[in-house]
Amino acid sequence: MKVEIRLFATFRNGRFKKEVWDLPEGTKVKDVLDRLGINPEEVAILLVNGLDADPERVLQDGDYISLFPPVGGG
Amino acid sequence: MAGYCGKLLRVNLSTGEIKKEPLDLTVAKKFIGGRGLGSYILAQEIDPKVDPLSPDNKIIFATGPLTGSSAPTSGRYMVVTKSPLTGTIACSNSGGFWGAELKFAGYDLIIVEGKAAQPCYIYIKDDVVEIRNAEKYWGRLVSETTSLLLEEVGDKKARVLTIGPAGEKLSPIAAVMNEKYRAAGRSGVGAVMGSKNLKAIVVRGSGCVEPAEPEKTKELLSTLLKKIRENGVTGQGLPNYGTAVLVNIINENGIFPTNNFQKAYFPDADEISGETLAEKYLVKKDPCYRCPIACGRYCKVDGEEGGGPEYETIWAFGADCGVNDLAAIIKANNLCNEYGLDTISAGATIACAMELFEKGYIKPEELDGPELKFGSAEAIIEWTRKMGAGEGFGAKLAQGSYRLAESYGVPELSMSVKKQELPAYDPRGVQGHGLQYATSNRGGCHVRGYLISPEVLGEPEKIDRFSLEGKAQWAKLFQDLTAVIDSLGLCLFTSFALNADDYRDLFNFIVGENYTTEELLTAGERIWNLERVFNLKAGISPAEDTLPKRLLEEPIPDGPSKGHKHRLAELLPEYYKVRGWDEKGVPTAEKLQALGL
Repeated sequence: MKVEIRLFATFRNGRFKKEVWDLPEGTKVKDVLDRLGINPEEVAILLVNGLDADPERVLQDGDYISLFPPVGGG
Repeated sequence: MAGYCGKLLRVNLSTGEIKKEPLDLTVAKKFIGGRGLGSYILAQEIDPKVDPLSPDNKIIFATGPLTGSSAPTSGRYMVVTKSPLTGTIACSNSGGFWGAELKFAGYDLIIVEGKAAQPCYIYIKDDVVEIRNAEKYWGRLVSETTSLLLEEVGDKKARVLTIGPAGEKLSPIAAVMNEKYRAAGRSGVGAVMGSKNLKAIVVRGSGCVEPAEPEKTKELLSTLLKKIRENGVTGQGLPNYGTAVLVNIINENGIFPTNNFQKAYFPDADEISGETLAEKYLVKKDPCYRCPIACGRYCKVDGEEGGGPEYETIWAFGADCGVNDLAAIIKANNLCNEYGLDTISAGATIACAMELFEKGYIKPEELDGPELKFGSAEAIIEWTRKMGAGEGFGAKLAQGSYRLAESYGVPELSMSVKKQELPAYDPRGVQGHGLQYATSNRGGCHVRGYLISPEVLGEPEKIDRFSLEGKAQWAKLFQDLTAVIDSLGLCLFTSFALNADDYRDLFNFIVGENYTTEELLTAGERIWNLERVFNLKAGISPAEDTLPKRLLEEPIPDGPSKGHKHRLAELLPEYYKVRGWDEKGVPTAEKLQALGL
């Protein structure tokens, strides 16, 4: 299945802005974090398809994940 | 005297009289200072029904007891007056160094009354206070005025607060600027200065703000600085990317208003994000007085340098106008700084004009400039300049989106509350934040109770942004705490890292008091109710505690928040109840008495 990974702010350093990954069925968000080398505790905002999610979330084909470190106000 | 200077300046521009008056410390402490004390004095001294641009309105430049102290982010001052944009009480807040300098000169606040016969500026150097002629500066841009005034007073270390041409021409979205790029932006406070023929206030002081308990203060400051540095938002997010770091996150949540709130997702957001700003245009960080966060940006584009842009500005000229050209947004921001315009209201008014143009209300033949088409980089730059200069159709835009849309018979196309343009978050996807927009005492505003913090950013804890549960309580708590922070003279951004107990300790150690956290929050509630009572007396009906019809009736059409409307009617009665007001939204006699009002 195809899942889009979107990284923001400092998570882009040494990684990428946006990629589409081919992942096996049953992959969880935490597996993606693991592969990215991002500790779940570093993630301040975790969205799947633009809605709040947690690392245990099982991904579906066509999902997109948005990952942010702590960010501020306007 | 610790914290407070204990002295205020009263300048009557009609008579030329300058008075130095002692500050009533009992009253000062009851309302903390800054926003609270300034609002109390305004409510005492003017008729709430006064015409905001008449000599009978007053304008107060107020600092807090912590302004100019060793507390982190203590550079804040507030401009308190009756707003020509909303008709409500206005309190616009700015950073930089001007507020601290006023304390060093020995004054907690300045009350300006009347109207000068010709353009003037106020010069303050410690005990020397003079009203001086400013005819040669009238009509000049903000950076030029600032440089020329520093030259005239012969002291490069003096601090200059000034208005630009927009304030002189009485635009109700004109800002008060200080140190060239800092703005007390909202509610048209710049027009009130203009109406008094007051171009600028130059201040230089040689004193300092001593804490009541130096040892305890020193110890506390080292703990608080550690908290600020270790917090992800204040230690990393804001320092690295400025407030513009929000562009992507708000867009990814599908609450990034696009094309005048017709949509809530902007596909090109990354092109105008804080990440792109840092990569392409950032020259340096530009921190305010005593600020360990340093969210301020200083950018360069095509050889043109200046302060900003902030998140709200990027949104207003960017997504809200459908523009994905960050260089053009930076140029529009620079023009706002130079002409002294509020960037949120200016950008959002152009966005509103673009919808009026799209729908055929504004005809091409009316325009003496570029077509007002969504996505036009040329339009945002040229129309901002014309608004600032009050030129041609720009003069009509300079009245703000409400008056513009109303003149075409469709005020509902103005995305404003109490005639003030809404900022960069679509309330349909953040229910608590929307309640706070509807109930803010200065109209459409995000910094009277920033519920984006818990609803989106997860600070101090994550709450469901679509749910209504507990939102009335959250709104009240954030509104009251924000009133405290504003009144102390600190930056609201400290609240990502600090809690109410930290503010209590800062206040107690620097001022020499023994407030409990509850007493401090009650002072915040007192300030909120004082502002509410002023607005009611000014004739602002609780029926105006609402949102634009679009946000209540039309669901978000696209993106992750698709299908949601704002459910204000379900939230408002609970909010009034939590506030201890009657079902019509009027503070009860018991509530006012309990708050000592």
